[in-house]
Amino acid sequence: MRLTYVVTPGDFANAGKISSSVKSLLKQLNIPPGDIKRIIVALYEAEVNMVAHSYGGEITCDIEAEQALVEALDVGPGIPDVGLAMTEGWSTATSEIRELGFGAGMGLPNIKKHTDELEIVSGKDSPTKISMKFYYRGGPS
Amino acid sequence: MTLREIVETVNATVLCGEENLDREVESGFASDLMSDVLTLLTDNILLITGLSNNQAIRTAEMSDIQQILFVRNKVPTKTMLDLARSQQISVLVTSYSMFKSSGLLFAKGLKPVY
Ligand SMILES: Nc1ncnc2c1ncn2[C@@H]1O[C@H](COP(=O)(O)OP(=O)(O)OP(=O)(O)O)[C@@H](O)[C@H]1O
Ligand SMILES: [Mg+2]
Repeated sequence: MRLTYVVTPGDFANAGKISSSVKSLLKQLNIPPGDIKRIIVALYEAEVNMVAHSYGGEITCDIEAEQALVEALDVGPGIPDVGLAMTEGWSTATSEIRELGFGAGMGLPNIKKHTDELEIVSGKDSPTKISMKFYYRGGPS
Repeated sequence: MTLREIVETVNATVLCGEENLDREVESGFASDLMSDVLTLLTDNILLITGLSNNQAIRTAEMSDIQQILFVRNKVPTKTMLDLARSQQISVLVTSYSMFKSSGLLFAKGLKPVY
């Protein structure tokens, strides 16, 4: 099953709506709770990043019987140094983002921690594409 | 400890989720950083925070946290409470500081996540 959602940049009031819809859907599909949690936490971090740091884009979820692939693709401005951005605590978040409780520089490391396979393709003045793969492990959350 | 004991310990007001006061809560986590909360894999947590916005509720939702205590009288908005209700999240508010709330709850046996 493939689902596509549009992410509006700067729309903090609605940030999390996509993750919330996907979460209900995964529950309906009886995906194991522990896997739902991993997928949703990673998706939510990616969704908030897109709202906070990008010019907008799309999130696509491919939900299959044994695995899920989540792709977040935005239209820029890109991450100049992905290796640096993956460092815990590294952030370019504005004070507005910090006031919302984000900007700790923990999102990308957290995504890494929750995914089985992670690929980030970006660059200065480029789109950012984050591909996250999850193989269901079963078990509780 | 139960949610009811938590309410009594920090002299909190229950804004939604009164029906869950008998729920057992294992541990507590105090933070204003949502990504910190999102690193937790533990279940059955009370989130103690001074961050009063939609993202606090959303973060609880994504982390399967079923109860939030807002400290320093950070009263949540109606939108936040509607969101919490739709996710069966109980929302409490206390006038105590984050430090005082955490200290009192710790002393009463609410465990730290780490
Ligand atoms: N989609 C994106 N487009 C452009 N830059 C991004 C994107 N995602 C992340 N970044 C950059 O990478 C940095 C690190 O991201 P990360 O999610 O780890 O931390 P954060 O969003 O700043 O804070 P936190 O996630 O802890 O709230 C960001 O501050 C930003 O500079
Ligand atoms: Mg982030």
